[in-house]
Amino acid sequence: MNQSTNQLIYTLQLADNALILGHRISEWCGHGPVLEQDIALTNTALDHLGQARSFYQHAAEQFNLMPAEVKKQQFASPALQQKIDKGENLDEDDLAYLRDGWDFRNVLLVEQPNKDWAYTVVRSFFADVFNFYFYKELQKSKDAVLAAIAEKSLKEVTYHLRWSSEWMIRLGDGTEESHERMQTALNERWAYSGELFEMSAADKAMAEAGIGVDIAAIKPLWDAHVDGILQEATLEKPANKWMQSGGKDGRHSEHLGYILAELQFMQRAYPNMEW
Amino acid sequence: MTVHSFQQHFDEKIDNDVAIEPRDWMPDDYRKTLIRQISQHAHSEIVGMLPEGNWITRAPSLRRKAVLLAKVQDEGGHGLYLYSAAETLGITRDEMYDQLHTGKAKYSSIFNYPTLTWADMGAIGWLVDGAAIMNQVPLCRTSYGPYARAMVRVCKEESFHQRQGYEIMMALANGTDVQKKLAQDALNRWWWPSIMMFGPPDDNSPNTAQSMRWRIKRFTNDELRQKFIDVTVEQAKLIGLTIPDPDLKWNEERGHYDYGTIDWNEFWDVVKGNGPCNKERLETRKKAWEEGAWVRDAALAYSKKRKARKENKKDNLAA
Repeated sequence: MNQSTNQLIYTLQLADNALILGHRISEWCGHGPVLEQDIALTNTALDHLGQARSFYQHAAEQFNLMPAEVKKQQFASPALQQKIDKGENLDEDDLAYLRDGWDFRNVLLVEQPNKDWAYTVVRSFFADVFNFYFYKELQKSKDAVLAAIAEKSLKEVTYHLRWSSEWMIRLGDGTEESHERMQTALNERWAYSGELFEMSAADKAMAEAGIGVDIAAIKPLWDAHVDGILQEATLEKPANKWMQSGGKDGRHSEHLGYILAELQFMQRAYPNMEW
Repeated sequence: MTVHSFQQHFDEKIDNDVAIEPRDWMPDDYRKTLIRQISQHAHSEIVGMLPEGNWITRAPSLRRKAVLLAKVQDEGGHGLYLYSAAETLGITRDEMYDQLHTGKAKYSSIFNYPTLTWADMGAIGWLVDGAAIMNQVPLCRTSYGPYARAMVRVCKEESFHQRQGYEIMMALANGTDVQKKLAQDALNRWWWPSIMMFGPPDDNSPNTAQSMRWRIKRFTNDELRQKFIDVTVEQAKLIGLTIPDPDLKWNEERGHYDYGTIDWNEFWDVVKGNGPCNKERLETRKKAWEEGAWVRDAALAYSKKRKARKENKKDNLAA
């Protein structure tokens, strides 16, 4: 794969993670356990959505500069193929709404269902710790757009991390029931934490080029932070070492199909319209 | 002071448009009326998050999704200000929730109608928030201070909501045939429930006179309804949509639009709980509250533990 394809895929990985996590969190809107938290979580969903939009816009710009024959190889979606054949430029919505699951590059963690507040907090916590260290590094990207998005996102993620860390502690060290629920959620979701640090071909190429982040190097920082919070939360770090993976290569859990069926419904049912 | 002079003092304030504040003496019925009205308004914001929340995951573009999310979040914020305003009258938020969940307190009936298409996001913003603004702008000068101040913040955001709704409708009305159809269909379904939002006609509105006297209310239901219709008919024309009322006609003499007969049976049916979504809305709220109980309990337990630990530490240092 050449450099520009790697860069496109790299940008889409970031966009898809943000979109799908934001989608899941937005499902809480109106259903939170307490009004203040409903509002706080919706704010977080908005931040993720905002990040996703910035990344998709950047991805679309990169895509539109590619030669037609390279464009044709990127996405299997007939709707996108048609647009490419007509010589149309793609935009943020085309990338979010017209790709099928196998072209989505998000990690499996973010597409896992909300289940309850404990599962939601654990999922966010894993992602927030990762994002915090990731965006710190991405600020140094040679791609000025990625660096700028990282700088803006880091501010948001710093708040997200504080929020999810506090909830890990509050629920872990709350009541017997909350402790048990948190430990269960932690154990169940643990197997989705490893993929965060898996280097895809695009990750490797971009890290080498100084555009992306060496995410394997973030792992010790992530571990140290997670260990500290788990200790304070009186939660036990799960012992299982086996990790799920595949999302970054487009092999997803069954959940993503349903997310996309919902997310993409309007653009699929009413194609080629302005909203 | 005797009760009589308390009453006199209160009346003077009302007559002179001096705000009543939480620590001021107020008649019991004034307090009760306000608690009923403000909590009903707060509940409407919270229940109102549901019909629009329906479409957050299905919004047709990322921009529309972001705007809708922000909008529904605002409704939550409005609920928060209003619950806080009601709390200054001596009722807790938990008590108000309980009244909502047991059906003792009402919320705006409009939210018992379903959101069936994306165009409903436009219609709700344009019509429902539009009607809400008509109702709420005068409340910025309502006699109870905390309520009036909450309404100033609410109204600023509502006017943004109304614009975003109208903008959705405009995009549909300028779109393809099927988009126009979506817009017209939504207008057809939301028009009558929207104009019912102003409440029963003046000759059948038991609380109006007293609320006007207390300056809790500033205009009657029919006055506000007329104002809303006059404005909205013009907005519909501007984007080529038809108001679903064959009797709608400009009345030169009155300087207002005449409109057809409102089906108040439907209104009272929905108020009584027979609307298409009454059960779902209430069940959804109850479910969120019940499933959140362990989270609230844990947060409380943790904050107590933390406080105890801090005090222990202090004691140890002192010893």
